[in-house]
Amino acid sequence: MIWIAIRMLTGDKQKFYGLLFGIAFSTLLITQQLTIFVNLIERGASGVYNVPTADVWVMDEVSRTTDVNLPMPSTALDRVRGVPGVEWAVPHLRANASVRTNEGDLEGVSVIGVDDATLIGLPKVMLEGDPNVLSQPSSVIIDDVGTTRFFPEGESPIGARLELNDQRAVIRGIADAIPSFTSQVTLYTKYSQALNYVPGTRNRLSFVLVGASDTVSADELTDRIEAQTGLRARTRDEFAQDGVDFIIENTGIPLNFGITVLLGFIVGVAIVGLTFSLFIRDNIKQFGALKAIGVTNAKIRRMVAAQAGLVGIIGYGFGIIGTVIFIWGFSADPTFKGFYIPWQIPIISLAAVFIILALTGWIALRNVLKTEPAAVFR
Amino acid sequence: MSDQVKQPAIRTRGVIRDFKAGQQTIRVLHGIDLDVCPGELTYLVGESGSGKTTMISIMCGILWPTEGEVEVFGTDIYSLTDTELVNFRLQNIGFIFQQYNLIPSIDAASNAAVPLIAQGMGRKEARARAVKMLEKLNIADQADKLPNQLSGGQQQRVAIARALVHEPRLVVCDEPTAALDAKSGRRVMDLLREVGVAEDRSVIIVTHDNRIFDLADRILVLEDGRITHDGTEMPEDH
Ligand SMILES: Nc1ncnc2c1ncn2[C@@H]1O[C@H](COP(=O)(O)OP(=O)(O)OP(=O)(O)O)[C@@H](O)[C@H]1O
Ligand SMILES: [Mg+2]
Repeated sequence: MIWIAIRMLTGDKQKFYGLLFGIAFSTLLITQQLTIFVNLIERGASGVYNVPTADVWVMDEVSRTTDVNLPMPSTALDRVRGVPGVEWAVPHLRANASVRTNEGDLEGVSVIGVDDATLIGLPKVMLEGDPNVLSQPSSVIIDDVGTTRFFPEGESPIGARLELNDQRAVIRGIADAIPSFTSQVTLYTKYSQALNYVPGTRNRLSFVLVGASDTVSADELTDRIEAQTGLRARTRDEFAQDGVDFIIENTGIPLNFGITVLLGFIVGVAIVGLTFSLFIRDNIKQFGALKAIGVTNAKIRRMVAAQAGLVGIIGYGFGIIGTVIFIWGFSADPTFKGFYIPWQIPIISLAAVFIILALTGWIALRNVLKTEPAAVFR
Repeated sequence: MSDQVKQPAIRTRGVIRDFKAGQQTIRVLHGIDLDVCPGELTYLVGESGSGKTTMISIMCGILWPTEGEVEVFGTDIYSLTDTELVNFRLQNIGFIFQQYNLIPSIDAASNAAVPLIAQGMGRKEARARAVKMLEKLNIADQADKLPNQLSGGQQQRVAIARALVHEPRLVVCDEPTAALDAKSGRRVMDLLREVGVAEDRSVIIVTHDNRIFDLADRILVLEDGRITHDGTEMPEDH
């Protein structure tokens, strides 16, 4: 009977494709939007992820994220270094500046000052050049988003001069960095150099990056640093989460994506519900005949479930393939750099598909189950 | 032994059926007592609204009587549970509908095989048996065609094959020729008479079609929910 059910559905090409489209569309919208959402809000933590060597971030009590920070006096560094369990501690500066490009455009950039001696604070991988280029005067390293932003394709930025807050800067390397939430161009330079580029008051030290010794966990170390210095200390994971939370709390992004995902679900319910009900209605005589001939309601239920299952599997497959193609197709675009589909998302959209089909199938099925077999003679 | 031979295919006693129409209750059948013999082709005729469809539905186990007893081959079918009754129909009764009600997306042989498939038989075997039945009905050459590629008469013959393929002991038809022209109606009925009626099988047909009355072994006339004539031929005044 399952075979008959499948043939009933696939034989009605229009409705079969309509159902597939509904499910594929919902799956695509839900999966794709959730993927972009998750990847986008994870950008809130890109500043943390770009410095994987730091176990603990130390900051002023009021600082919240890598971008929302209040600089500390330089003495904070020594205080942190005095805490037992601190293997190493280096200064880290993050500030905004403006750049005048060769074309004369003004652009806002992030300037990141990394430790002069160890260069801790730089992204791990360089696409071009060596981290040590920073020892040359007026050197900056640009991130790959900046390359595509500032320079036409094919033109190497190496050696290019920029006017950074009215001072000369020369690009001597390209870092492979996760773009920030705003995709703002980032320039890395030595801490001492950054102090020159970024005018400021007495307090300039944005963060102290700390490596924990083997004897202490990052969690324990943050407690110790906070107790001993009165500064705020966060582990890498905590601070990454802070960045994500900040975006969730301070932007309309969750709501906007939430609405789109909900729309995907509702459109799915509408298309699939209507088409499924139409299909059942068109075949109600056949279902009635089957019931009269001697097919139990339990078997009818299984038939409709098989029809829903078939639509679900194929439609969902198309939707996921669509999402993969989308993410893959845009992977070259820096805005989508490093985007991946977290495994939870396909499961969420599968659950959504299941709910859509269970709901619409149940509504459609009710008509069949309600049909009295005696109706076939009418 | 002789008792068993005499056992009627269908035995009804005091069958009453009421329908609710708004506030009112309308009595459609007024206590029908009827024995239908095995091996006979029985016609149920009567004016529109006289209760023919109601009667045949009750006799084949798809409509509950308001009152009265219905035995089919000795089984009190309305004392069965729902599932038992469905399975009873699947094993014992063949159905032929006015509108054929074939499944449009499967071919003629598969349509004819539906009762066997529903009984759990494998698709191949069921199809092979269905093709044999189509042969008897002279349309084996149409076995691979979809219903919409067949004429009305051919579709009804496929429907007859579906009604007979599982060798039911009772076949019920409501206006099987109503959607057909006179010639194909006649052919379909000749075939049904030839292939369908067997010693241990009763066929009951509801019909208006006076051109085929000569085929019946027995004709029952229903008027306003009562049987007013029971004989081998139509009464004079009809
Ligand atoms: N489900 C129902 N609900 C209410 N009334 C019904 C129902 N089924 C049948 N009736 C009524 O019962 C009466 C007999 O109906 P039935 O269908 O048995 O007549 P019939 O002899 O088959 O007529 P026709 O030749 O037009 O098919 C009619 O008056 C009809 O309106
Ligand atoms: Mg009728």
